[in-house]
Amino acid sequence: MDLVDPQQAAAAARTVLTSADIDRVLTRIAHEILEANKGGTDLVLMGIPRRGYPLARRLAAKISAADPTLDADAITGQLDVTMFRDDLAHQPTRPPHPTELPASGIDGKVVVLVDDVLYSGRTIRAALDALIDLGRPRAVRLAVLVDRGHRELPIRADHVGKNLPTAAVEKVRVRLTETDQPAVDEVVIEGTA
Amino acid sequence: MKTATPAPAAQPILSANGTYLIRGASLLGAQTADLLIQDGLIAAVGQDLEAPEGAVTVEAAGLVALPGMVDLHTHLREPGREDAETVETGTRAAALGGFTSVHAMANSNPVADTAGVVEQVYSLGLKSGWVDVRPVGAVTVGLKGERLAELGAMADSRARVRVFSDDGMCVHDPVLMRRALEYVKAFDGVVAQHAQEPRMTEGAQMHEGDVSAVLGLPGWPAVAEESIIARDVLLAQHTGSRLHVCHVSTAGSVEIIRWAKERGINVTAEVTPHHLLLTDEAVRSYDPVYKVNPPLRTESDVQALRRGLADGTIDIVGTDHAPHPSEHKECEWAQAAMGMTGLETALSVVQATMIDTGLMDWAGFARVTSATPARIGGVRTQGRPLESGEPANVILVDPAARRTVDPHKMATMGKNSPYAGLELPGQVRATFYAGHPTVLEGALNGPRAAAAEETPWIG
Amino acid sequence: MKHLLSTLDLSYQDAISILDTAEAMAAVGEREVKKLPALRGRTVVNLFFEDSTRTRISFEAAAKRLSADVINFSAKGSSVSKGESLKDTAQTLAAIGADAVVIRHGASGAPARLANSGWIDAAVLNAGDGTHEHPTQALLDAFTMRRHWAQLHGTPSQGTDLKGMHVAIVGDILHSRVARSDLWLLKTLGAEVTLVAPPTLLPFGVESWPCKVSYSLDETLETRPDAVMMLRVQAERMHSAFFPTVREYSRRWGFDDVRLDRLDTLGLDNTILLHPGPMNRGLEISSRAADSPRATVLAQVSNGVSVRMAALYLLLSGEGSSQRTTQEVSAQ
Repeated sequence: MDLVDPQQAAAAARTVLTSADIDRVLTRIAHEILEANKGGTDLVLMGIPRRGYPLARRLAAKISAADPTLDADAITGQLDVTMFRDDLAHQPTRPPHPTELPASGIDGKVVVLVDDVLYSGRTIRAALDALIDLGRPRAVRLAVLVDRGHRELPIRADHVGKNLPTAAVEKVRVRLTETDQPAVDEVVIEGTA
Repeated sequence: MKTATPAPAAQPILSANGTYLIRGASLLGAQTADLLIQDGLIAAVGQDLEAPEGAVTVEAAGLVALPGMVDLHTHLREPGREDAETVETGTRAAALGGFTSVHAMANSNPVADTAGVVEQVYSLGLKSGWVDVRPVGAVTVGLKGERLAELGAMADSRARVRVFSDDGMCVHDPVLMRRALEYVKAFDGVVAQHAQEPRMTEGAQMHEGDVSAVLGLPGWPAVAEESIIARDVLLAQHTGSRLHVCHVSTAGSVEIIRWAKERGINVTAEVTPHHLLLTDEAVRSYDPVYKVNPPLRTESDVQALRRGLADGTIDIVGTDHAPHPSEHKECEWAQAAMGMTGLETALSVVQATMIDTGLMDWAGFARVTSATPARIGGVRTQGRPLESGEPANVILVDPAARRTVDPHKMATMGKNSPYAGLELPGQVRATFYAGHPTVLEGALNGPRAAAAEETPWIG
Repeated sequence: MKHLLSTLDLSYQDAISILDTAEAMAAVGEREVKKLPALRGRTVVNLFFEDSTRTRISFEAAAKRLSADVINFSAKGSSVSKGESLKDTAQTLAAIGADAVVIRHGASGAPARLANSGWIDAAVLNAGDGTHEHPTQALLDAFTMRRHWAQLHGTPSQGTDLKGMHVAIVGDILHSRVARSDLWLLKTLGAEVTLVAPPTLLPFGVESWPCKVSYSLDETLETRPDAVMMLRVQAERMHSAFFPTVREYSRRWGFDDVRLDRLDTLGLDNTILLHPGPMNRGLEISSRAADSPRATVLAQVSNGVSVRMAALYLLLSGEGSSQRTTQEVSAQ
């Protein structure tokens, strides 16, 4: 819900990751994931809608490029957490997104949850609950493009594209070519004093 | 701020010698004159009249003086349903609404089908003293449509009933209807028919049309009214009797009555204020405040009724004031009772639909709300011209006033007004009933002292 | 959306949103854990003034899959049958803390009364009122048709509508709340609808409805419908002489074996047969037709749960959806 006056926002916006930056940090995360998992065995990437899913697809492509035995499509899924949120009665109604499991399922797999911004940690809490209803992974890890701090739950990311110290009044806005108009890749901070 | 039910003034404004001078009223909306009321009569009409000793002066600049309204169709509910209305509360409502006479419908409990019951209602009216209460007698015993009630006994009673009706039920048996029409000729009575073919309207909930089809409510087709009216006017012609048709609601009914009058059939017809204003579109809310019998019809019916009233095809406005306790309306549509209150809004609705639209002037208003209903009901002291020597049944109306209808500020016990929240024009500022000010400054003043008997009114 | 009372006042956007959400809900029904925590702590009351085990268990399953607490209130044998008013019942449910009331009632408009009277602040879902509407039935019918239509066109159903689809609704239109709800919703979604019925079982004023009307099922089949919805015939209608005999009705307006074969002759391989249930086999639909691969009766039942989950979720989530929760928040 963008209620900020676009002109005002543009004036106050500051780009923290450009398109090239995003590609670079995703490449790094892809390699970190492979390294932490000691290869591609049993690896599954579950993106959290909306922007976590395209990020998961991009990561899967990079992983598959590094390890051609892995089929990017076969190891990527989408995990909708809407129904598991703790704020359903306090936010405008959110229509749920479909949940799509990779062909191999998640039982016994190492599931990497992928999201764009890690903030309070509540989305990831919901994602963990959602995941448990779908099966029993061997391990669950978390990869995020940006960690902006202000955690409200004991949750941390295993793989972080960029740590971004922010004030609570600021807004971190991620735009991806797959999900946003205008179709650009960038991360900006808005509402900076 | 007045929020409670209106009550009579603690200190009524009364002239010790029954003398009131109304200054500068516009008579029937035309020329301006003063009216002097003395001893229950209009003593003088003229310019710059002197206020006699002891007279109370009522300034009436900008107000229209009209003959007191006469309702041929009121449900006062007493005896039997005193939780819905009593003669006292209903006649207070009538006085506030500008009426000086109401006809109390027969569907009380017990039914007003004997001399005893009509005399009881008549006595209650005299005791209350707000308006002239004329009981309507039932046509058939218990409104059952099986055999004639003792119409003659009611006519000869102290209540001197002249209007007979099974209102709420249709006298659907053609033989019985014929006999009733014939029989009442013996005492110059009139049968007021509730025209509703019963088989065609079993379980009917609203007008049968586009809206009922969408809402899934069983329909009350126009033909169920029109077929009875067509039959009845032919019966009236055949028997040479007088017929009155209650609450005409469809364009087709207007056409049939127009045809009958052209043929010289002795028929009069009535329309309610709500059928002049509201349509079945209101039912889309499923709010039973709009549930009434006959049902609200379509916009083209409303327009035909207005034209019919304007051109004289329809003779009078009758309120069909039907108060109900709130539990009869606070329920599902199908379970809810039929009927709406109307006494305290009739003038405003008729002004809005007939006068402010240019279809009728105030003289026409006086004809359809006073003179003609009094004539149909045989009430000779009512509906008279505003002339010297006539009974002083006079109301003063502010046609420029506008008010938002609030049922909780009404004198009727019924909160079932379909106009709640609606802004309507016109307000009754004063009502003089037989020379007595029942309403002054738009509020209840006080009842007329109980009379042993109404002024003799049959020659 | 605060209530779901009719499909007549359902916008295109809301209809698509419910159907799309239902797709997401349908996936849950195929999982091992058929439960979502979305309505944890919320109370859904099934207030049934008419018996309908099918509809009630469908709503019950939907509410339970969303983790709501479910209270079944059957008016039969309760204080309601002893004359308690709808108002008192509503106020009782409000005092119990119902967040949603699923109401089935014999009187048209009873759900609208409940929603608009101020007696209770809960979301109201119409589970069938008199001869007025049955919106969740229409939504599950549309959901079933949309899946079929999207599959025929080789697209996922998410986000699509029924543009270009031709649907025939056959039977007692006059008394059918399903027919009304179906017609409005199918029109909103872009389908063409033909109502087929004996003239006595069509509502007065049907000419003004946004559909074609036919007295002949055979002629309608020749117009190559993509879906045929057969309505249940209420035997009690016969006593009011809406049609002479059940046999005559069945011959003229029943979906019998001859008509089933006619679809094959016409090459209508993809025409589906819907029925809201319960079916009168041999009356409005033959057994062979009901059991044919064209029949979607069982899919309709399972889709009913998904659609009702979607409706409950959309009505009970979102800001201000719970009076009490809002108070808790402001107290913090």
